[in-house]
Amino acid sequence: MKKLLLGNEAVARGLYEAGCRVVSSYPGTPSTEVTEYAAKYDEIYSEWAPNEKVAMEVAYGASVAGARAFCAMKHVGLNVAADPLFTASYTGVNAGLVILVADDPGMHSSQNEQDSRHYAMASKIMMLEPADSEECLKYTKLAFELSERFDTPVIIRETTRVAHSRSVAPLADRVDNGLKEYTKNPQKYVMAPANAKGKHVVVENRIVEQTAFAEKEAVEIGLNSVEYNSKKIGVISAGICYDYAKEALGDKASYLKLGCVYPLPVELIRSFAAECETVYVLEELDDFIETHCLKNGIQVKGKAEFSLLGEYSQSLIAKVILGEEKPCIKADVDVPARPPVLCAGCPHRGLFYALKTSGVATVTGDIGCYTLGGSKPLGMIDTVLCMGASISSLHGRNKANPDAANKSVAVIGDSTFIHSGITGLVNIAYNQSNSVSIILDNSITGMTGHQHNPTTGYTIKGDPTAAVSLEKLCEAVGINNVFVCDPYDIEQTRQAVKSALDCNGPAVVISRRPCALLKTVKHNPPLWVDAEKCRSCKMCMRIGCPAISMKDGKACIDATQCVGCNVCSQLCKFDAIV
Amino acid sequence: MNKSVMIVGVGGQGTLLASRILGSALLSSGFNVKLSEVHGMSQRGGSVVTYVKYGENIASPVIEKGEADIILAFEQLEAARWLEYMKPDGKVVVNTQQIDPMSVVIGDSVYPEGVIDSVRAAGADVLEIDALPLAQQAGSAKAVNVVLIGAMAKFTDIPKEVWLEAVKECVPAKFMELNLNAFELGYSYGG
Repeated sequence: MKKLLLGNEAVARGLYEAGCRVVSSYPGTPSTEVTEYAAKYDEIYSEWAPNEKVAMEVAYGASVAGARAFCAMKHVGLNVAADPLFTASYTGVNAGLVILVADDPGMHSSQNEQDSRHYAMASKIMMLEPADSEECLKYTKLAFELSERFDTPVIIRETTRVAHSRSVAPLADRVDNGLKEYTKNPQKYVMAPANAKGKHVVVENRIVEQTAFAEKEAVEIGLNSVEYNSKKIGVISAGICYDYAKEALGDKASYLKLGCVYPLPVELIRSFAAECETVYVLEELDDFIETHCLKNGIQVKGKAEFSLLGEYSQSLIAKVILGEEKPCIKADVDVPARPPVLCAGCPHRGLFYALKTSGVATVTGDIGCYTLGGSKPLGMIDTVLCMGASISSLHGRNKANPDAANKSVAVIGDSTFIHSGITGLVNIAYNQSNSVSIILDNSITGMTGHQHNPTTGYTIKGDPTAAVSLEKLCEAVGINNVFVCDPYDIEQTRQAVKSALDCNGPAVVISRRPCALLKTVKHNPPLWVDAEKCRSCKMCMRIGCPAISMKDGKACIDATQCVGCNVCSQLCKFDAIV
Repeated sequence: MNKSVMIVGVGGQGTLLASRILGSALLSSGFNVKLSEVHGMSQRGGSVVTYVKYGENIASPVIEKGEADIILAFEQLEAARWLEYMKPDGKVVVNTQQIDPMSVVIGDSVYPEGVIDSVRAAGADVLEIDALPLAQQAGSAKAVNVVLIGAMAKFTDIPKEVWLEAVKECVPAKFMELNLNAFELGYSYGG
């Protein structure tokens, strides 16, 4: 049976068919759906972990216990999980351990454009890269076999276009070989220096064996493949870039497709390159394969002709290699940009407006929907770095410039706070700074599309479970001033922020209101503008609600978008919004 | 021969369901199909695009400038934004709805006048449709996406019965009648 599957859905299907038993992940675009789809299979235990490091350690533990196990994350998530990654390479596995990392060339939904292939090389872990959904499924199953055969974790690398494209994949039945026996083996599993020294030798030998695999056996099983057409142009590629090249060049080129991007073969590449007149390495982001070629004395073209930035495409490849461009037509009209905005009824809006009107000068931001609070007209975010950095960097700011502490706050979502904000808050309490951390508790992990987290009281399957009490957690780490407010009530929110800023000592404000898009949230009837009362002062426009616009000189509310949050009506001095 | 459709709109308008219906209809017609969509950040009221490609053998899942046979635009401005991605002799099906981007809402830029006229002036073959009243007639304003898929459907070489089956497959059972009506209203629009 064949089905049209999302790349991420195909990975989940691969987990099912491979008999994977344990999945633990933290959501992150474009990797999130793998775990959501995995959770639909009752045969697989699936969970959302508080962060990627925990997720990888859970999967590792399951593997050592004898279950095929898996974790998924976005590229920056692998930074968080890098600690277990590097040493899991040394211990190896018991049952297969597969790690999926999804890179985001073009930064559709990310704060940087890092290339995760460097992690494979740095941790000396084999990495496979699928080009479409069929390969997502096939490589996932193969990754478990290779993991067990070479006694190593195996990484699958996706890019956004593979993760979020749908293509046809054939389905098969699940094969579950049960729990493998676990045998105590400290030399293998206890990475104290004496044991680790021995294991490092094993790791280096393993890479040699895997390189031999990449040279020959990988070709026999179609993981690495050579296709000769015209030999004027040779293309060495992997993943989505192979698809782009095929579309742009067709049989005008010959192809070496690398399904295994680490370790890379040398002789396979050398013999392919020797057959072709001009050889291009087509790879997004860094010159990973190109550097490997040049290091081994294989002449190729690559980044000098293409780019280290953003995505490749069939048109870019056709333009650079063939000098061809397709004709197109263009509308003679200035099209304003349409970046994402906070949704109508988003509870973050009221909080940001309250900050803006409470004399707050500096806001350290974090990763989530509320990053959009930095956009006009609210424009209330000074910095965004990585998960959790709002709280820890605010502490640094306030230690550097204590005089500004009473005008500075950190904003962080409930899920991001649990992910890695809490350690920053422990630091604030321990090293005492007058820092105000605001937790935007919207009862869900929002930006990635509504995943439960340890504060929501529900598991990935929607079953009730223990919920972290943010108030008690903050108190327990030594924060004596905790204020709770409803961001739909602007005055109440301003008071909470002011009280926190006035405290002598660290404080936390919990701005609590569920995401307006949650199915469980009941909406009020939409508001409307009484045109006779509206004086066109545009006060209501200051909150940047997408449901409000000016029509014929008066404010106007789009009833299909408005959820009746009443934030705008609190701004209107003429009671025109009812 | 390979063909391609771009579905463009504003996050929250239901473009993903539309692309799923299209994908399902193409698959049951025996085509090789690839769809590409961007999730995450761009769901939040931003410009969104889904690429749908079908034929015998599809390599790249994305559509580039000058490649689309059809652009189905859920909003006027988005039709103009993505027009370059269409073949010069392609077809634009555009919903006449206007949604102001935030820069327009706060007065930093203006929503241009005569957007559809300039799309036509560029040489595009345009079908404009006000899908909202048709969706309301079918029973819900939310069915705008299915009305639009209906309006686009007759410019493909897929039989109507296949489309109706695809709608049934992709929408929840309790909204099936409503969505089938919405599809019909779109399909019969403009002859």
